[in-house]
Amino acid sequence: MLKDVSFGQYYPVDSFVHKLDPRFKLLCLIAYIAMIFVAANFYGLAVCAAFFLLAVAASRVPFRKIMRSVKGILFIAAFSAVLNVFFYRGETVYAEWGIFRITYEGIIFSIFLVVRLFLLVMFSSLLTYTTTPMALTDGLENLLTPLKLLRLPVREFALVMSITLRMIPTLMDETERIMNAQRARGADFESGGLIKRVRAIVPILIPLMTSALRRADELGDAMDSRCYMGTYTAGAAKRTKYKKLAFTRRDLIGLLFAGALIAGVILTKVYLGSLL
Amino acid sequence: MLITAERLNYTYNPSSPFSTQALKDVSLTIGEGEFFGIIGHTGSGKSTFVQHLNGLIRIPSSLKKYKKRKPKKGEVPAPEPVLRVGEFDLTDKKTDFRALRAKVGMVFQYPEYQLFAESVKEDVAFGLKNFSPRPLSAEETEEAVRAAVELVGLPYDEIKDMSPFELSGGQKRRVAIAGVIVTRPEVLVLDEPAAGLDPLGKQEIMDLLHKIHKTWCKTVIFVSHDMDEVAENCTRVAVFAEGQVRFVLPPAELFLHAEELISLGLDIPLTAKICRALSRRGIEISCDFTTEDLIRSILACAKERGCVC
Repeated sequence: MLKDVSFGQYYPVDSFVHKLDPRFKLLCLIAYIAMIFVAANFYGLAVCAAFFLLAVAASRVPFRKIMRSVKGILFIAAFSAVLNVFFYRGETVYAEWGIFRITYEGIIFSIFLVVRLFLLVMFSSLLTYTTTPMALTDGLENLLTPLKLLRLPVREFALVMSITLRMIPTLMDETERIMNAQRARGADFESGGLIKRVRAIVPILIPLMTSALRRADELGDAMDSRCYMGTYTAGAAKRTKYKKLAFTRRDLIGLLFAGALIAGVILTKVYLGSLL
Repeated sequence: MLITAERLNYTYNPSSPFSTQALKDVSLTIGEGEFFGIIGHTGSGKSTFVQHLNGLIRIPSSLKKYKKRKPKKGEVPAPEPVLRVGEFDLTDKKTDFRALRAKVGMVFQYPEYQLFAESVKEDVAFGLKNFSPRPLSAEETEEAVRAAVELVGLPYDEIKDMSPFELSGGQKRRVAIAGVIVTRPEVLVLDEPAAGLDPLGKQEIMDLLHKIHKTWCKTVIFVSHDMDEVAENCTRVAVFAEGQVRFVLPPAELFLHAEELISLGLDIPLTAKICRALSRRGIEISCDFTTEDLIRSILACAKERGCVC
């Protein structure tokens, strides 16, 4: 059922990580991704992994939930690992057929790559598990504020994004309702060849489109009637925020940990040398 | 077709933080020929229940992947749910759910939003073509579609080639209903058929349902949260609350449960309210709680007391 796919996969519990400022979490994600690529050896990745495990523990999101996010990249990870095992130009050769060559360095590098990918995906999913889509757009808007100097409509961009996110579950529900209604009229979406299945989508797609347009129209009217004005509309007053983001002591603690992560990764790089 | 449901349970999003139990041990029997009302608040499970009736929501044991769980030692296995609609056993994997859906028509809330075809004619014919075991000739289709459109009170020749999107709101809803009854289901289920209409439009839809009940569909089941609508029209009413059936009664007896209904956040019929108000002033009136009967009784009572009117 479509309803089972909760978009943005937010996991609603109350935890230290949930309460962190979304701006901090976004910056932290960027820093984390940078650190994964800075890390030059397994010690560096171990620091990253430790930071990740600590964050998971502090988030109270079940670990198997986060593991689920890895499923999506399993194929890519396996594919690149296999390619690297066969084609990496290492020196300690174990076996060789034509252009394929399995080397010690190749195997080590493949493992390194897979761990890197997994950490990347799992840490990113932690962000969406602990932050509501609304908080995320709010944080993003705030971080993009400097672009306002270039007269870019940052606020409108954030608005479009939050409306999009807000409407996804609504449209999912709508899709399900329309599918049920057509199923009740004998429509069959599960069987038949490709062409038959594509044609079966028409009775869903058209009502869904009209309903999306109708909703957009209604939302536009509702915004107009509440005197919504774009940032650059003549006569528009400066907008204020209902929920103000604030940097708290909690974020300071988070910042300390993030600093430790960065320092740790750089130290391992400088003192413990590169992977091979 | 006789509908028997026993011990139905249903949970949305099981084993997740969003899980909600929509049905708890629901048992209900709806006889052939009834005009049955189901009333309850949003989230009371009424829509979930009716979606079971044509297999849009399936009982786990009717699914292909279902495997019977062996009871653990000392565990008393929970009694199996029962759901029968006429000759169809909805707990069985072998049931032909398409055949069932042809017999149990379902009109969803705001059915006008399911219209999609280029013309009214094609849209109404959609279900007909899907359910027909053999390809129908153009004449047969035309004839069936005409009958359905005319039954819902629309001029077929005028609108058959129009786009359904050109019609007015009320007309769209009628076309959508025609698109369901065109296959001549024996049971017609409607979810809030009068939602979003003005009082006159509501009355017209209700009149239409009575007409369909008398002519094409033996059993009509309709879901509503409007007590007056249910009290005025149904032979029996099931009151749903928090996923359970609280009572099943003829509408004239709803009045006896006024306190409970109010505590469930449901209104009592307006006619019952008037009777209660009069009774508090010492005027006892007996009536079956339809508007007409109430007016007649009040007039009779007034005459008895010598009022001039």
